Amino acid sequence: MPDYSWPAAEQRSLIGKRISRVDAPLKVSGRAKYTYDVTRPGMLFGKILRSPHAKARIVSIDISAAEKMPGVKAVHIIQQPGSTIQWAGDEVVAVAAVDEPTAEDAVRAIKVEYQPLPHMVSDAEPPAGAGEAAGPLGEDDIWDALDQMPPAEVAKQLGQYGVSFKVTEDLLEDMKKYDVPSEVIEAARKATYHEVKEGGARSSYQKAVEQTQGDPDKAFAEADVVSEGVYGLPVITHCCLESHGSTVEWPDKDHLFVHISTQNVSGIAGQMAEPLKTPAANIHIHQDHIGGGFGSKFAADRWDITAARLSQKAGGKAVRMMLERDAELEVAGARPSAYARVKVAAKKDGTITGWQSQSWGTGGPGGGGMPPIPYIFTIPNLRKQHTAIRNNIGPARAWRAPNHPQAALITMAALEDTAAKLNMDPLEFFLKNLDITGPRRDVYREEFGVAADLMGWKEKWHPRGQNISGNIGRGVGLSLHTWGGRGHESHCDFTLHPDGSVDIKMGSQDLGTGTRTCILIVAAETLGVPLEAIKLQIGDTMYPSSGGSGGSTTIGGVSSSTRRAAVDARDALFAKVAPSLSAQAGDLECVNGTVRVKSDPSRSLSWKQACAKLGAMPLTIRGNNPDKSKPPDLTNSGVGGVQMAEVEVDTDTGIVKVKKMVAVQDCGLIIDLKTAESQCYGALIMGISYSLYEEKIMDRTSGRMLNPDMQFYRLAGISDIPQLVVHMMTGKGYDERGVVGLGEPPVISPGAAISNAVANAIGVRVPFLPLTPDRVLAALSQKAGA
Amino acid sequence: MKAFEYATPETKEQAVSLLGASWGQAEILAGGTDLLALMKDDVVAPKRLVNIKEIKDLKGVTSSAEGFRIGALTTLGDLADNANVLKEYPALADALNEAASPQIRNLATLAGNLCQRPRCWYFRNGLGLLPKSEGGKDLVAEGENRYHAILGNDGPAKFVSPSTIVPALIAYGAKLRLVGPRGKREVPLEKFYAIPATETEREHDLRPNEIVTEVIIPPAHGVMAAHYEIRQKATFDWPLAVAAVALTMNGSRVESARVVMGYVAPVPWISPEAEQALVGQPINAETAQKAADAALGNAKPLSQNAYKVQLARVAVKRAILKAGGAA
Ligand SMILES: Cc1cc2nc3c(=O)[nH]c(=O)nc-3n(C[C@H](O)[C@H](O)[C@H](O)COP(=O)(O)OP(=O)(O)OC[C@H]3O[C@@H](n4cnc5c(N)ncnc54)[C@H](O)[C@@H]3O)c2cc1C
Repeated sequence: MPDYSWPAAEQRSLIGKRISRVDAPLKVSGRAKYTYDVTRPGMLFGKILRSPHAKARIVSIDISAAEKMPGVKAVHIIQQPGSTIQWAGDEVVAVAAVDEPTAEDAVRAIKVEYQPLPHMVSDAEPPAGAGEAAGPLGEDDIWDALDQMPPAEVAKQLGQYGVSFKVTEDLLEDMKKYDVPSEVIEAARKATYHEVKEGGARSSYQKAVEQTQGDPDKAFAEADVVSEGVYGLPVITHCCLESHGSTVEWPDKDHLFVHISTQNVSGIAGQMAEPLKTPAANIHIHQDHIGGGFGSKFAADRWDITAARLSQKAGGKAVRMMLERDAELEVAGARPSAYARVKVAAKKDGTITGWQSQSWGTGGPGGGGMPPIPYIFTIPNLRKQHTAIRNNIGPARAWRAPNHPQAALITMAALEDTAAKLNMDPLEFFLKNLDITGPRRDVYREEFGVAADLMGWKEKWHPRGQNISGNIGRGVGLSLHTWGGRGHESHCDFTLHPDGSVDIKMGSQDLGTGTRTCILIVAAETLGVPLEAIKLQIGDTMYPSSGGSGGSTTIGGVSSSTRRAAVDARDALFAKVAPSLSAQAGDLECVNGTVRVKSDPSRSLSWKQACAKLGAMPLTIRGNNPDKSKPPDLTNSGVGGVQMAEVEVDTDTGIVKVKKMVAVQDCGLIIDLKTAESQCYGALIMGISYSLYEEKIMDRTSGRMLNPDMQFYRLAGISDIPQLVVHMMTGKGYDERGVVGLGEPPVISPGAAISNAVANAIGVRVPFLPLTPDRVLAALSQKAGA
Repeated sequence: MKAFEYATPETKEQAVSLLGASWGQAEILAGGTDLLALMKDDVVAPKRLVNIKEIKDLKGVTSSAEGFRIGALTTLGDLADNANVLKEYPALADALNEAASPQIRNLATLAGNLCQRPRCWYFRNGLGLLPKSEGGKDLVAEGENRYHAILGNDGPAKFVSPSTIVPALIAYGAKLRLVGPRGKREVPLEKFYAIPATETEREHDLRPNEIVTEVIIPPAHGVMAAHYEIRQKATFDWPLAVAAVALTMNGSRVESARVVMGYVAPVPWISPEAEQALVGQPINAETAQKAADAALGNAKPLSQNAYKVQLARVAVKRAILKAGGAA
């Protein structure tokens, strides 16, 4: 049996080193082509008429004037009269025209009559007692629930409430694939179907979770301290710099060719097939580079399907349908809000004994679920209740580590407040309670040690509000987080050519994280050749399918399928070469561009000479992940990370400046240390943005988003970003776990760490992110008044 | 963007003749950093654009006994680098250097800066400058007003004046020269801005067929001036409060003072109260605080922006101390 396992540390020449992205020169020189850059012969431009109302019934649509305009090639009604609009910016009619201004003029010429209906865009705390009991679960509800509660609870709810959709075998298969426990799968199979009437008068509030464990009343009665607070974060958007969209064409009436900005190249064709009544096999998807997705680009969206319909009406000509900036922020992705009133019970020595939370939040019309609180800490006695708010702000989408940043903020802020109440250094307090953090407990302990040194925690930490000089308060804060990250299903074709060239084809995508680079590192390491010797093609449905880049599953998937294929290819080559080196295949190795006999390196062939022994035909191997026939499992699940933040707050203006951040992170065996570190740098920057600036601001009267732009939807700029220190845990205890994903974990903690640092700096908790001057000053004046 | 006619006159007179007698017909295009964004967002939809960038008379800067003359087309970037500005008008230099980003400063003209439209998010989203719901509700008062006016907000206008440079220019006593169909006129910059009472009025006293030709700043020997702005982000962000202060001293005491705030009212807000509080006083933390309190004495915050009163106070105080050389 070939040895697929990862090479030992002393044998690695590329894996785990700091290697620059192979596509960096393309990107920094502007030669990388994003979907937005694609132009096709005779291409038309698509534009969409969007609803100005947050909730309305479409009464009538008149497209006659638009259809008659010169240059307009197709008009397509997306939502027919009678439909109900659920958020401002929702798609109503689309046009395709010879250029953008003509398409815009045509959109302006369309007349839609709406009957506005009462809307709600607020996610303020639900009135006491609000909220109907949970109804039948939708498909998304099940996946949300799996994130939030123990499997037994999910199974119970399925039994109790039933489902609002017909459970298919496909779904059950999917569940199996994602390791959903069988009790849940069984419960889903048996769940009764209840029809939910479209447009039925549902309450805006839904009791999503009600759960008690242990004996919370006793824990609070016996506590030495009880800390109470309210915490939360608003809805934010994904704000992808490359907006969502595609360029779609029908080369002939049976085939569709799609350039799309996506995290899910291999999955898109299947999604377009049904609505377009075209076999997935006839749908060709392509993407070279993507300008950001963050969880919001897994689907063939309504506008992509619409582009296909417009193209169809226009005789197959390509239609470019990329969202405008305002639509990008209004409709193409939002992270659900989460707020909670929390009570924590603790003993004098710092032991946490009880948790009670009443939480609420919105993910738009669908409501949404409860973030997994208390996060990481398994508190023995707890009571929690969550109310989901259904409103008209536009739908939520997965946002990098769905629900975890919310859970981390609520939990770590509540625990830090408890430490403050106990007059304990939070580092000591968190270390004290690590026993209830589960399997990564020892990792956290080690990481906290490293982080404390890198931050200079001992010197910098002062009790709350005790480090204010003049109008500047200084403080430090910390947080910790976890994530899964097992590699997804991935397949590749790996070809050795007789002339010595090598190519890999894989239907994966590189989100800018370094996926290309990592695939090449694994292949080059295995074959003992330089990265440049291998040609890699990804981003196309002509290549073997590979999973969507979500859940931090890409690196584990692509590195495993590549490794298996490369080992098989290498061993097949050894078999062909062995006779000419008068050796057994098993005695050979490939190092530094040669194939040689391990015990006698002087008996060697150059890589080219070796490949010539393949004969006339290239050798192609399919690599798969998972692949039980080729053990060991090369990927794993479960990471831990800790972060610390140092801030300065101007107590006169309420302006927060982050001075330094430290991120210490494990992710099993690291393929490329440089891109792993970059992943953490990027996450810290994104984290500073959502901690200080980002918020989807809705106008309650008009129901419109007021900052669908980049002047009031603020992102951190270069001068807002401080010293960032990243330390990756490697070596013994880490490397042998296999490859684990890293895309999401480091973005979970910044909000909590920065919020805690601000509380430490100014001596009072600022309850909600983003930590804007109005909120900071309000907290300070409350402190002064107290 | 709606289709429009594009004209590039070479003289002021031609330009004036191409402009319309009422708003909505033509717009003047200078650097375009504001106007083009408004047109793309369908907030402004002129039938004709009059590009004035080929008019030679509108360019260049000169110094004379009358003061420093700045041609309307001078970019913020060029002005920020001008030796005279750096030496004689440090508060203006600071304001220029903090405005926008280098790329924008390289395109943005001074006259365009003075005439730029408000940043109010209701206005920029097409809901109107004095936004009202169909039922007649004041959207700003009832809605998201965290960035809106805390002074001069009794009427329907609740946006804030957008330029961060104007307060310093007013503090230095700058004047504006304009040309229209009936010839030239000169207005003190402080008189140029007005609070609109109806949706058809603009927030300045520019007539639809007038062009700003130049700005004159009187000599500032002996003037101690400073600009201070509070932004949440370190750079490239709209401020939450701006203050510019110009002092003349008699020994260690203030002889006369100008205190001008930006981003607090629909017009640049001059505070005679703060000026009075300073006259006859030395500059120190206490007198600066008193003047700052006086400047905001009449502030009437909306539902979400009480914090801006505090920020404006801090901006005024810090500007006074900076002008007095104490900070
Ligand atoms: C991202 C961004 C950040 C910014 N930050 C700041 C900031 O921090 N501080 C600040 O003060 N400003 C800021 N601005 C605004 C910027 O300074 C203005 O957009 C710019 O000064 C306008 O000048 P322009 O030449 O581009 O004018 P244009 O966009 O061409 O015109 C603006 C307006 O002025 C009118 N106009 C132009 N010239 C004349 C004239 N000679 N006579 C009569 N009317 C005229 C136009 O008709 C139009 O209504 C920012 C802008 C952007 C886009």
